[in-house]
Amino acid sequence: MTGKFDLTWSWRATEGMLLVRRFLAGLFCLSAVAVCAPHQTAAQEPPYFVAYSHALEEPDNLEVAMKTTTATPQYGNRFNSGTLEIEYGAKGWLTTELYLSGQTTSNDSTLFTGFRFENRFRPLLREHFINPVLYVEYEDTNFADRSLLEITGHATASDYTVPNAIGHPQVERSIETKLILSSNVRGWNLSENFIAEKALNEHEAWEFGYALGVSRPLSLVASAKSCVLCRENFAAGLELYGGLGDANGFGWHATSQYLGPTLAFTIRKGPTLMFSPNVGLNDNSLGVIYRFKVSYEFQQFFRDLHKAVR
Amino acid sequence: MRPRPNFPRKRNAAHRVLYVAAGVFAVLICMGADGSWLKHVPEKDRQRVNPYAGQPAAIQAGSRVFADHCAKCHGADALGLDKRPNLRSDRVQHAADGEIAWLLKNGSLAAGMPSWSELPEPTRWQVIAYVKSLGPSAGPQNPATPPKEETR
Repeated sequence: MTGKFDLTWSWRATEGMLLVRRFLAGLFCLSAVAVCAPHQTAAQEPPYFVAYSHALEEPDNLEVAMKTTTATPQYGNRFNSGTLEIEYGAKGWLTTELYLSGQTTSNDSTLFTGFRFENRFRPLLREHFINPVLYVEYEDTNFADRSLLEITGHATASDYTVPNAIGHPQVERSIETKLILSSNVRGWNLSENFIAEKALNEHEAWEFGYALGVSRPLSLVASAKSCVLCRENFAAGLELYGGLGDANGFGWHATSQYLGPTLAFTIRKGPTLMFSPNVGLNDNSLGVIYRFKVSYEFQQFFRDLHKAVR
Repeated sequence: MRPRPNFPRKRNAAHRVLYVAAGVFAVLICMGADGSWLKHVPEKDRQRVNPYAGQPAAIQAGSRVFADHCAKCHGADALGLDKRPNLRSDRVQHAADGEIAWLLKNGSLAAGMPSWSELPEPTRWQVIAYVKSLGPSAGPQNPATPPKEETR
């Protein structure tokens, strides 16, 4: 029995490696395109990793981002998760996004952990003091997923100690909805997200979570001369997020909570780099999560593509 | 075995919900693309004054922001690209600074103009100072009657 298990595990590990290699190759190609693209520019979005603001992608723009998450559970192995984000501004009021996630765990394996497809709608077409955005996402991820793109329900640090061989075969398909409320006041952005998630292939109750963010550019005024390290190219913020239990037990009990500063640096006509260390606020949380993101925005991507094809 | 009697009723209800959703959606689109954003600018916004108007440093800064965020659609010379609005038309150049500031903040989402509320307000005023500094253009790209896109 042990031999059979090992054989299965190694086959899965090999399959996972192959997928991750393809994933990395795709990422490399996209990065190469990004570097060579003549019209890339920095995105103007608040520097959040978990929270969303009401900033949608500009129509016909394509943003490609790579987001990594690193943490070491107290009784587990260090893991590094990578998520490729492809975000497209379909309309001024609609942004659609695809996420592809994978992870590698020390002393374990490397594997593809699933995908997410989300859409964000702005029901009100004008700017208000509080701007609502409706978020709907379909998730197809397995239990080896470590991307931590959001925290819902009773997710705790022990969930991230499950060996990949056990977590990988268990796939959860779920619908996730968010109510995003966001305000821009005197250069500050305040964002509040309320999350509700329901597994479609399992008999689980609705799970809830939240994410709060506040951020501000370090300078509200652009400088006349081109500069790299000037304050206008930096934005700083703070994020607080965590689970709120489920329909059977709503609240803070047995949930994980995180708080962390975020910093974004935008290189003019180049990528935006973001970093955030998130500290676990209770015993159910991971000690520290390090997050890093690099993103490029291609302006009017499909218009140019259409022109090139014609 | 008789068919379950509640199936057609459920389907009708679902259709009704879809029709209502489509109707609401269409109304929202029409509200956003009625081609007269200027009429929607509140008077207090219209009266706002650009604190950076005519300042060379602000105009220079505005030109950089314009090149980064606006030029891809409106052209490096602001004359418009691919049916995107010409910002040197009489309509835009004669619009009050406060009206343009309102449009930059709110956008015209249904018509394809994004909201630039993520840009800090002083930066948006710098962009307006730059656009106004360009002045009206001469020639065929500045028609007396602006194209439909321009009025959005």
